[in-house]
Amino acid sequence: MSSDSLLLLITLVVIAAAMLRHRDRKSEVDCIPEIEVAVRKAAELNRPAYFIPGSRDIDNIQTISALSMLKVVARYCAEYDVELIIPVSKSMVMERAREVCNAAYEEAGFSDRWSSSQVSYTTDDPLGFVAHVDGMIARAKPAVCFMFGFFAGESLLLAESSYNVAEVTIAGTAVPSQIPFFVASCDTTLIGEEFFAASAMLSGNQEDIAMLQGLDAGKQLAIGIILAVVVLSYLTLIFKPEMYESFLTIVDNLLHGGGR
Amino acid sequence: MKRNLAQVVLSTVALLIVLSAFLPDTDGGFSGIVKSADSYFPIWFSIIAVFAFVLGASSLIGSHVRKIKDRETDWQYSVVTVLSFAIVLIVGLAKLGGASGLEGDVSDPASVLGRIFSSVLSPLHATLFSLLAFYMASAAFRSFRIRSLETTVLLVSASIIIIGRLPFASKLFSFLPDALQWLRPDKLSLWMLLVPNTAGQRAVLITVSLGVIAVALKYILGMSRDMFGGQK
Repeated sequence: MSSDSLLLLITLVVIAAAMLRHRDRKSEVDCIPEIEVAVRKAAELNRPAYFIPGSRDIDNIQTISALSMLKVVARYCAEYDVELIIPVSKSMVMERAREVCNAAYEEAGFSDRWSSSQVSYTTDDPLGFVAHVDGMIARAKPAVCFMFGFFAGESLLLAESSYNVAEVTIAGTAVPSQIPFFVASCDTTLIGEEFFAASAMLSGNQEDIAMLQGLDAGKQLAIGIILAVVVLSYLTLIFKPEMYESFLTIVDNLLHGGGR
Repeated sequence: MKRNLAQVVLSTVALLIVLSAFLPDTDGGFSGIVKSADSYFPIWFSIIAVFAFVLGASSLIGSHVRKIKDRETDWQYSVVTVLSFAIVLIVGLAKLGGASGLEGDVSDPASVLGRIFSSVLSPLHATLFSLLAFYMASAAFRSFRIRSLETTVLLVSASIIIIGRLPFASKLFSFLPDALQWLRPDKLSLWMLLVPNTAGQRAVLITVSLGVIAVALKYILGMSRDMFGGQK
C-alpha cells in the first residue's frame, strides 16, 4: 500500500470511528435560521420559493446533500403554505426530489399542498437549463431562491437572475471556483463543508449529527498533520539545515506518494 | 426488507469502489476482480441514466402539452418547446444527412443534427454565456461597496489584483527604492494569488474532501436511509 493510500485509510478510519462513537450521543445543534426566515418572508409576500439542487446527477454527493436540504425547505414551505418550485436538470434527480418533497409534505401534515408537477425537468444541458430557469424566475418573481449543490459556470447566471427579482437568495456549494460568485451575488452562502454540515444540522437527526462529529475528527486530523509538518520543518531548518531538503522530500513522498 | 436489500447493495458497491483505491493494479486475483468491477459501475450508472431520461422527457412533454391544452399563461413558449423537441428527436433518430444504420454517427458534423448543433445550439450557448461578463461586473460592483471590514478587505485586495494585472503594472511605482519593490502592484497581486488565495483554496478543498468522506460514510455505514425514501 502506498503512503498516500495509507493516509486516506487513516482519514477514513478516524472519521468512521468518530461517527460511530457519537451516533447515540444526545447533542443540541442550532438550526440555521435564515432558511426559515426566508420561507416566512415568501409566505408574507405570497410569492413562490425556488429550489435549484445543482446541475449534476444523483451520483454526485453534493446533489445528495442538496436533496437533504430540500427536505427541510419543503417542510417549511408546507408549514407556511408557500408554493415550492424545483427545476432540475437530471431526470433521476427529478424522481428523487419528488419523493423527498412528498415525504416532507406528508411529515408536515399538508400533503394536499404538494403536487409532483412542482418538480420540473427541462434538459441535461447546463446552459439550456440555465436559460429555462432564468426565464421561469423572471416570470414567476419568487420571493426566495435556494441554490444548493454542484454548480459550474451556471452559478453566476442563476445567482444574478435570482438577485434581480428575489427578496432573499441563499446558496451553498462545495465547488471552490464557484464560491466567490455566490458570495458576491447571494445574501447567504454556505461555503465548502458548511454546506454538508448545514444539511446535517438542519435535518436534526442524531445520525447526521454524528456525521458532523466525524467531520470534526477529520478536520482535527488534518490540522494536526499540517501543524506537525510545519513545526518539524522549522525545527529541521533551525537545527539541521543541511537535512531540510531531505525532510521536504520525505514529507512530499508521504503525502503525495512522490507523485507531485 | 426492500430497504435492507438496497442498503446491502449500496454498502457492497461503495466498499468495492473504496477498496479498489487501496489494491495494486493487477489483472488477476481478487484485486483484478475489484478493479474491473470498479470500472463497470460508471457504465451501469450510464445505462440506468438512459432509462431515467425517458422519465424526464415524458415529464417535460407531458407538462408542456398540458399547458397548451389548458391555454395557460405563456402557452406559446410550450408550443416552441414541443416542436423543437419533436424535430430534433426525429432528425436525430433518422440520422438525416449522415450515415444511416447503427454504425452511423449521430454527432457527425455534416448531418442535419450536427448542423442544428453548430448553427442553433452553439450560438445560443455563446449568447447566454456572454451574459457572464455583465453579471460579473454587476456582482463585483455590489461586493465592492464598503459596508463592513470584510467588504473593505475585498475592495482593497481586488483593487490590487486589478491594478497588478494591467500590462503596465510593472512600470507603476517603479520609483520605489529596492527595499520597497515588493509593494509594486504586480508583485503584490502575484503574492496574493500565490499565497493567501492558494492557502484559502486548499483549506476549502481539504474540508470539502473531508465533508464528502463523512457524507459518503454516513450512507455506507447505514447511518441514514434518506436515500431510500424515508427515515431509519
